[in-house]
Amino acid sequence: MKTFWEVLLGLKSLFTGLSITIREFFKPTITTHYPRQTETIPARFRGHIQLTQNPDGGASLCIACKSCERACPSACIIVEGVKKTDGPGKTVSEFRLDFGTCSLCGLCIEACPVKPVKAIEFTKRYNLASTTNDYADMDLVQRYKDLQAKKS
Amino acid sequence: MKALNLIPVGDPADETFTLNLGPQHPATHGVLRVKLVMDGEYITSAQPVIGYIHRMHEKMGENRTWAQYLPNTSRVDYLSAMTYTHAFVGVVERALKIEVPQRAEYIRVITSELNRIASHLVGWGAWVMDLGGFTPILYAFDDREKILDLLEGICGSRLTFCYYRFGGLCNDVDEAFVSGTKAFVPYMRERMKMYKRLVTDNIILRKRLEGIGPVSAEMCRRYGACGPVLRGSGVAYDVRKAEPYSVYKDFDFDIPHYPQGDSMARYLVRMDEIEQSLRIIEQAIAKLPDGPTMGKAPRIVKLPVGDFCYATECARGRLLVRVTSDGKENPYRVRLRTPCFTNLSLFEEASKGMLLADAIAFMGSLDLVIPDIDR
Repeated sequence: MKTFWEVLLGLKSLFTGLSITIREFFKPTITTHYPRQTETIPARFRGHIQLTQNPDGGASLCIACKSCERACPSACIIVEGVKKTDGPGKTVSEFRLDFGTCSLCGLCIEACPVKPVKAIEFTKRYNLASTTNDYADMDLVQRYKDLQAKKS
Repeated sequence: MKALNLIPVGDPADETFTLNLGPQHPATHGVLRVKLVMDGEYITSAQPVIGYIHRMHEKMGENRTWAQYLPNTSRVDYLSAMTYTHAFVGVVERALKIEVPQRAEYIRVITSELNRIASHLVGWGAWVMDLGGFTPILYAFDDREKILDLLEGICGSRLTFCYYRFGGLCNDVDEAFVSGTKAFVPYMRERMKMYKRLVTDNIILRKRLEGIGPVSAEMCRRYGACGPVLRGSGVAYDVRKAEPYSVYKDFDFDIPHYPQGDSMARYLVRMDEIEQSLRIIEQAIAKLPDGPTMGKAPRIVKLPVGDFCYATECARGRLLVRVTSDGKENPYRVRLRTPCFTNLSLFEEASKGMLLADAIAFMGSLDLVIPDIDR
């Protein structure tokens, strides 16, 4: 008697499973076919950092105060500054990011004191896989200049 | 040696052999190694060997400032990162007596509960996959994807959120998150009904789980097991009710518990917990107050000299963060009392005399995350 009920319950389980599978079969696919389709990256996406483009053009907003360097948990940021030739303060001469040790936490951006626009921001780049190690060492000052040249 | 009498074949001393389960076995969900002494298909002793993914999270705490430890908290139990950050942020707030705005507390509860659902979905899907059912994990990851999309929209990261700060949150939620969460709750309830029909009522699953790996409340107490393992043994202990932190006492929810103590009981506890989390999210979204999301926190965090601790209920059980401060910028000691470590401890005793295939089902019921064991 027990076996009979088990067979019956087994059949019921089987047909419930099959009916759900058939229903799902006709639903639209949920996977993104990656190289042909891409997802929109959300506005707050935490990619690697870069120097924010100065809205007025010219040099970066960074004042080389090294707040980000101190805030970084993995010590992957190196900032060097030189005295400005025109007026007080410093301007950034070297901004290196070792992306290999970066944990993408965003504490550097929170520490940035520049107002109203912070001097560093997240990028939305995600295609950063590489077979060599040298992609990880990023020269952000050079990247800033490249992006600026591209814009103008 | 009493358990050996259960084994129906000859003299175990002559017949046993050693078998390594892991460290790269897919059923251990990570780099956990279990040294099994087998007698045919039966286990005479199962000794977990841990430390393959030891990353010195506790020691790292001593070498960085309080704020710099925040990204680490998401990486201990990567599946329920929010609750871990909550515990560490909570201990600093308790020590410095930082007032957290109501809106921030409500958002913390919503995101923690969303994270708990996501964590249970992964645990559930992977567990059913260990038992031989491949399809449910695909459905589970589809639903989890919806949660991760919501969380990514507000904090920018999908797994290692690092969203809470001392005194509040790193940024406020937007309208898309609120409406997305409101839409997610009824959607998930429908899916839970489907999961019940597809998996929970399935006779194969019931046969694999019912009566497997009995864990008594007394054994849980001896090993310090917590979370769904303890609740599956009939003890209704949940940190959210026992010592309410954040704003959990404002919400109406039950603690699911089942007295059977077998793997099926732990399975049902997790499924019911998803529904309770949905209830909490629904109430919190309805009551979400306006206001700031960041309280007054000092720029350079320095804790007063002393010992502080804070417990949260993470997806796998009770997480306690205990910190010792000597008044400097770095912690003197960070201690994480993690649930997976204690839940794994009872595996050796409970799996004696079990079939190997049942031991895999039993290990899935403990829902282990290996970095959480090794820290």
